[in-house]
Amino acid sequence: MPTTADIVARATQLFDDLNFSAAREWKAAKSGRKVVGFMPIYVPREIIHAADMLPLGIVGGGDQLEVIHGDAYYQSYICRIPRSTIELGVSGRLDFVEGMLFPSICDVIRNLSGMWKLMFPGVYSRYFDVPQNYRDDIGGNYYINELAELREDLGKLRGKPITDDELRNSIKLYNENRRLVRELYAFRAEKPWQAPAAEVYLLLRAGFVLPVEQHTEMLRDYLAAARAEERPKRDNCRVVLTGVFCEQPPLNLIKSLELAGCYVVDDDLLLVTRWLTAEVPVDGDPMKNLALAFLHHSESTAAKYEPDQKEKGQHLVRAVKRTGAEGVIFACPSFCDPALLDRPILQHVLKDAGIPYIAFKYAENSGQMQPIREQAGTFADSIKLWSGT
Amino acid sequence: MTTVIVTPKVAAKEIEKDASMVKQKEMMAAHYDRLTNAPKTGEKVCNTFVPGNLNELIMCFDLANNLPEVNAIQSGLRRQSGAYVLEAEKIGHSEDVCTYVKSDIGMMAKGNIGPNGKRMPDPDVLLLSYTGCFTFMKWFELLREQYKCETIMLHTPYMGDGKITPNMIEYMVKQLKEEVIPKLERISGVKFDIDRLREYLKKSAKAEDNLVRVLQTAKNKPSPIDAYFGGIYYIGPIFGAFRGTDDAIEYYNFLLAEVEDRLAKGQGPVTPDGDMGKEKYRLVVEGPPNYTNFRQFWKMFYDEGAVVVASSYTKVGGVYDFGFRHDPSKPLETLAEYCLGVYTNRNLPMRIEMLTNYINEYQADGLLINSIKSCNSFSAGQLLIMREVEKRTGKPAAFVESDLVDPRYFSAANIKNRLESYFQMIEQKRAGTRDAA
Ligand code: SF4
Ligand code: SF4
Repeated sequence: MPTTADIVARATQLFDDLNFSAAREWKAAKSGRKVVGFMPIYVPREIIHAADMLPLGIVGGGDQLEVIHGDAYYQSYICRIPRSTIELGVSGRLDFVEGMLFPSICDVIRNLSGMWKLMFPGVYSRYFDVPQNYRDDIGGNYYINELAELREDLGKLRGKPITDDELRNSIKLYNENRRLVRELYAFRAEKPWQAPAAEVYLLLRAGFVLPVEQHTEMLRDYLAAARAEERPKRDNCRVVLTGVFCEQPPLNLIKSLELAGCYVVDDDLLLVTRWLTAEVPVDGDPMKNLALAFLHHSESTAAKYEPDQKEKGQHLVRAVKRTGAEGVIFACPSFCDPALLDRPILQHVLKDAGIPYIAFKYAENSGQMQPIREQAGTFADSIKLWSGT
Repeated sequence: MTTVIVTPKVAAKEIEKDASMVKQKEMMAAHYDRLTNAPKTGEKVCNTFVPGNLNELIMCFDLANNLPEVNAIQSGLRRQSGAYVLEAEKIGHSEDVCTYVKSDIGMMAKGNIGPNGKRMPDPDVLLLSYTGCFTFMKWFELLREQYKCETIMLHTPYMGDGKITPNMIEYMVKQLKEEVIPKLERISGVKFDIDRLREYLKKSAKAEDNLVRVLQTAKNKPSPIDAYFGGIYYIGPIFGAFRGTDDAIEYYNFLLAEVEDRLAKGQGPVTPDGDMGKEKYRLVVEGPPNYTNFRQFWKMFYDEGAVVVASSYTKVGGVYDFGFRHDPSKPLETLAEYCLGVYTNRNLPMRIEMLTNYINEYQADGLLINSIKSCNSFSAGQLLIMREVEKRTGKPAAFVESDLVDPRYFSAANIKNRLESYFQMIEQKRAGTRDAA
């Protein structure tokens, strides 16, 4: 059985590989295979998978990619992720990707969808809209039709329509994958020293390049190995990390938080891996099932409208309670309107609930971790002081 | 984003001449008085956004329409927005986010005093017409938290593939029928009457016809109008709380008559310093203006003989010049189409086509982009827009940066330098073309 170190080493290798070799190899292994990229925060990967394609998660270039061309496309006051994504495209690192989906998250990604159409005319590019109305007969119907368009387009791209049974099979596979991600999150919340945040993150990132079947296997192996190993427990406080749903914090940032004395017991990183919070029924109309799951059982985040003022921000309070966290860390990408405009509202909610928090900004290529480490360290100390009194 | 509601400071004799300006000033003053008197008169107030502004529908429920973006512009023009933005930052807002939102929040925190010096009313309802900008959602979530009032979401899908599909229209009409209208009925206590809506829509179309005529006079040489700095005044009534009213019809009648008169006399645009001199450069401008230094910015153009013949900003509250008019024969569908078609709800390739088309149709010398730090909706992608339009038209383009209402981001020297080199570039291009000929 592989150890956690073996699995993490493999996940790290995938993470470091800016050429997406694993996805390229998957594609080359059988003729006719296609790859469809997607950006944060959510696309129904089931539909891509059902067309025999690999859904490839694209979340910018991180802190190792040298951005040479990307800066020529963006002003200094726009976040990093679109420019490094352009860099990935222009530098040929995505030349094996036949399709790109740009989910409805903010104006930057929205406009990037049009840029992609112009810059990569041979690629199937689609802005993937989701409803902000959650009634079955209004937002639901709209969404079912949007999903049907995507299904039809991907069927055409493959050269053969996607069948209901193919969709049901994919739903089953992703249900299992999501179940394991949740299990991993629950395990970490229970014993964060056994599943450090950086490892959990790397594991989820592996799911952005691997076929779901392989990724599910990896999650299962990691959980088994992590349960079997005894790792030293530190006197850290427990925090929920939020705001990190789009542009990625550097891996070092996640590591720094734990080194500074904060165990991350929940976060909104890579939300697509657990966006749907309940199992999607396998029987019945698969498109309807996916749509209803989106409407009634999906995560809360800044890009999604919360119709009920009383509910606004409660997901965070619930996450704190569920995981026994003692505080919240707001880490938001610089220039990110969704995260930064949501932040004051969420902070008010936390304040009312008596939950302490701190906040800072980052960029995917931030190098200096010292200030963040100091801030997180002081936060951890103050929490300990609090709980001691 | 959007429209302005004060009249330009022109010489006294000009004001006497321009019935449209007098009319607009009266309309705006009366509107602000209506708003600030609402607590006394008992009128109910609906806050909403300029893009996707459903004024005709709002009027069907006797609600007064309050547009926070217009208030932010007013604060910018009156040089108060800087303090408001700082106030918002003091109470926890990031320096990175849209300054319209911060100007509004800061204004609230400092007593919510409107342009007429009186307190603005608390809204009875926030109509979150969600089109063309993601920030709108956060903005009204922030206001909802403060006012604790009812909020209605009307979600407009984005034209990602450059087309309006039947699914989009159906989704929007359903939201209007089953969410927006019933809620507005409940909040206002007024029953919805579709014939009343039709009447307003008919009036909208009339005013829209004349607005388009006015804007298209800029195809002439010299252009009798400036379609950006001046255009901002022209869109005031129709992008604000007057679309669908007799007042708006009258305003655009006056305006058209005045502009046609200038055209017949071969005159150029009126500027804050009186008539503009000889037209030397014809530009198309993309992006919102700067409001904290509006006159100074404009002067940099007219001093050089540069006139803006078309702009995208004057399309944020509705794109009318490609044929769309509010259509009383299909009242709800037409509202949906209107929301779907606003400039920032169009995908990037559509925006590029529009700007290219303007350069050709209005015989412009090139494209100038004023990139707004605050505004991801406009700004993300503008550098590609610039290069594409340059490529397609063969005309030079230039890029300046400022902010809507945050004075910290207006660097007069930088912008002036850029503009001067841009005008030189145009000269060189012309000389090159002459030589080649
Ligand atoms: S980081 Fe924020 S602003 Fe940038 S693309 Fe993502 S959601 Fe949009
Ligand atoms: S981001 Fe731009 S469009 Fe949106 S509210 Fe701010 S200024 Fe207006």
